[in-house]
Formats: sequence, structure tokens, C-alpha cells
Amino acid sequence: MIKQSSITKKFIMAFAGIFLVLFLLVHLGINLFILPIHVNHQEIFGQAVKFMTSNLVVKVFEVVLFSTFIIHMAYGVILQVQNWMARPRRYKKGGWSQTSFFSKFMIHTGIIVLIFLVIHFINFYFVKLGWTAAPSGQAPVRGDHDFYPMAVNLFSNTPYAILYIVLIILLGFHLSHAFQSAFQSLGLNHSKYSPIIRWIGYLYSIIVPLGFICIPLYFLVF
Amino acid sequence: MKVRLKIWRQPNATAKGKFVTYDMDSVSPEMSFLEMLDSLNGMLVEKGEMPVAFEHDCREGICGSCGLYINGYPHGPQKLATTCHLYMRVFRDGQTIVVEPWRARPFPVIRDLIVDRTALEKILVAGGYVSVDTGQATESNTTKVSKEHADEAYDSAVCIGCGACVAACKNASAMLFVSAKVSQFALLPQGKVEAKRRVQRMVARMDELGFGNCTNSYACEAECPKGIRITNIARMNREFWKAKVCGQKTV
Repeated sequence: MIKQSSITKKFIMAFAGIFLVLFLLVHLGINLFILPIHVNHQEIFGQAVKFMTSNLVVKVFEVVLFSTFIIHMAYGVILQVQNWMARPRRYKKGGWSQTSFFSKFMIHTGIIVLIFLVIHFINFYFVKLGWTAAPSGQAPVRGDHDFYPMAVNLFSNTPYAILYIVLIILLGFHLSHAFQSAFQSLGLNHSKYSPIIRWIGYLYSIIVPLGFICIPLYFLVF
Repeated sequence: MKVRLKIWRQPNATAKGKFVTYDMDSVSPEMSFLEMLDSLNGMLVEKGEMPVAFEHDCREGICGSCGLYINGYPHGPQKLATTCHLYMRVFRDGQTIVVEPWRARPFPVIRDLIVDRTALEKILVAGGYVSVDTGQATESNTTKVSKEHADEAYDSAVCIGCGACVAACKNASAMLFVSAKVSQFALLPQGKVEAKRRVQRMVARMDELGFGNCTNSYACEAECPKGIRITNIARMNREFWKAKVCGQKTV
């Protein structure tokens, strides 16, 4: 991994990133049914969760998804450490050049997203596996869980909801640089399409986090 | 005008080095930055002190020697200009100007503001050339090159190899420099012959020399005195994968 060429590493980062970007859309699509956007929203949410936790194809994708997360994180750390090593002595007065702002903080926002993932896993995924107790306090049981009351419970908890909103905003910062950067790393640069990709990236990094934020906001307000 | 200079002084490659402050009381706004440093050195010599060592050659913005990191910018705050084309009128009267050498592991400081940039030459040696017979000048029209490709290749070829992209990049990456050289050849029929081998060899050498990885921050493009664009980096990424997938196994 360390010995791979810098372009190969960036390629892998970009592919993994694009996969995660697509996954986030699916995740948001399901999460939005926590909100009363449909008369049977709770039932639809339950069915979607059941599908995502029991379908064989999704289970295969789950392995791919975890591998993608690990690869994206591992490469991110390797690239960052190599980049720090490439400039052992910093400038006294540096970093004034015009640059993609959030690109400076990818490792920081990335680590925060990782912390968020760990919290998320403890609250949901580990409950599903029966490793941790559900937030309502019931004993760990492996198998089916009704995620709806668990999600509502968590989002109704004000400190958790605020933490969730802050972390999702930081995820948005990460995405705002990541989206267009992935295309550049893959060599997909075009005078006509690159500006469109850039705008789609900005829109994605605003709309998707906004979608996630809507849910705790709804429970905070109503 | 008056300026206060904070200049990195380091007597040799192994010495620790420190910033030394110099006050200049009679700087003409029409002076170039290098002329101002010449004037400072005149004063230092008169006082019996060692002059500040800095690199320069043509002073016409084409040799790429005069790379200084000035007030947080490679080649200073003026866009599309090398240090020799930076004029003192850009600065305010009484301003403090911090002058540092390029900072990157592959660019060790030799003395004061001079760094060893042979790492860039080593990347060129790895593949930045065309070894096929390109013929005489009179034969130039026998090889068809589209206007668009000729223009793009020229835009890439104007890279002077000053290293400002490395100095500006938060990761000390040389991707803009290498991609300009790769593009310059990859766009022309004479360069296509060795394109696959060239890109793999140059990228491997770049990594070996300890340059950082590109994280698409684009500071290189913002600071390049010759306006080399990041589209070259995307092209190099494409060329690299074309070579990896369809190229020779050994480079």
C-alpha cells in the first residue's frame, strides 16, 4: 500500500469515495422516511430497514461497504502522513495561496466523520448484531430490531441531536472538496463538464447534509 | 519607501538557520524584489557581513532560478510573476516582508534562500525527453498536429521548472510540474511514441524523491508564474492509467 504510486493511491481513494457518496444517497433516502413525509412512513422505513438488514445482495454490499470505508480511511491516513513527511520544516508565514478551502482540512473532517461513524455503529449497527444494548435499555439480542423508535429516541435527545447536526455539517465540508476532487483524481477533467461536476458536488454537499439534518431538527422543533 | 525584512539565514546545509531582521530605509517602489535584495547585500558587504545568498540568472522571468517564498506566497503576492518580476510597489510603505526558501524534503537548503532543486532535473532525466527522430525544421509540416493540441502542448511547455508549485502545495507535491512535462509530450505525435513509458517512469521517480501526494488543493495553479493549469494533472492521471492498463509491464 505504502509503496504504491501516488496516482494509484489517489485513484483508489477516489473510487472508494465515489462509492461512499452513492451509499450516502441510499442512506438518506431511507432515513427521510423517519419523517412523516408519507402516511405510512413508519412502515416504509421499517420495510426498508428490514430489506437492508436481510437481503443477501445487500449483505454482500455491506462487506464491500465496510471494506470501502476501511480502504478510504487507511489510504487517507497514508497519504496524509506522506504529505506531512514531504515538508518536514513548515513555513513561518505560509498557506496564503488561493486554494480549495476545505481541502486543507480533509484529514481533520475525515477523523471527525470516523468518530461519528463509531457513535453511529454503537447506536445502531452493533445493536443489530446484538453486541450492544438498544438505547431503550433492552438487553442485546441478535436479530430483528425496530430501528424507528430507536432513531426517534436518539433524535429527541437534544444533546445527541445537536452533536448529530454539527457532525453532519462537518461531513458536508468533507464532501464539498471530496466530490470534485474524486473526478480530478480519476483524470475526468473536461472544459465543458468539469464546471458542471463542481456544481453538482457543491449542491450534493449542501442538499445531502441538509436532508440528514432535517430529521433531528424536526424532533427538536416538534 | 521603508520595509522591514525577515530573511531566513542559514550558513550551510547542515546549520540550523534562523530568521534575521533587516530594516531598509530607502527602497524605491520601482525596484524589483531582487534589486532590493542586491541593495541589501551592498549594505551588508559594506558592514563586513555575509550577503544574503539567493539564486537568480536571467531576471527576465524565463529561467526559473529566482524562487523565493515571500510573505506566504511563492514568488510573492503578484500573480503570474516570478520573483525577478515582482516589484516593490506591490508592498506597503513600512511593511514587514518575510522571505523564506522553498520548503520541501526534496529541496534541501544549500545556503540562506538557495535550495537544491536538482530533484526536478532527476524527474526529467527519468523520461522528460523525446528520443525519436523528429527530423529537420523543414520537415515540421510533414507531421500533422491540430491547432488545439499544438496550443495545449505549448501552454504546458511554458513551465520553467522553478518549483513554485511544490513550494505552494501544502503537501509539497510536484504533480503540476511533472504533469506539465508529461502533457507537453503526450499531446504531440513525436511524444506519443514513448508516452506510456515516460509517464510511469516520471511518476515513479517523483514518488521516490519524496515529493508529497496531490490532494487537489489547486494552490499550485494559483501560484504558477506561467499559468500552468491543473487540467495537466488530470491528463497525467489519465495517461498514467492508460499506460498501466494498456502499456508495457516493465518501465
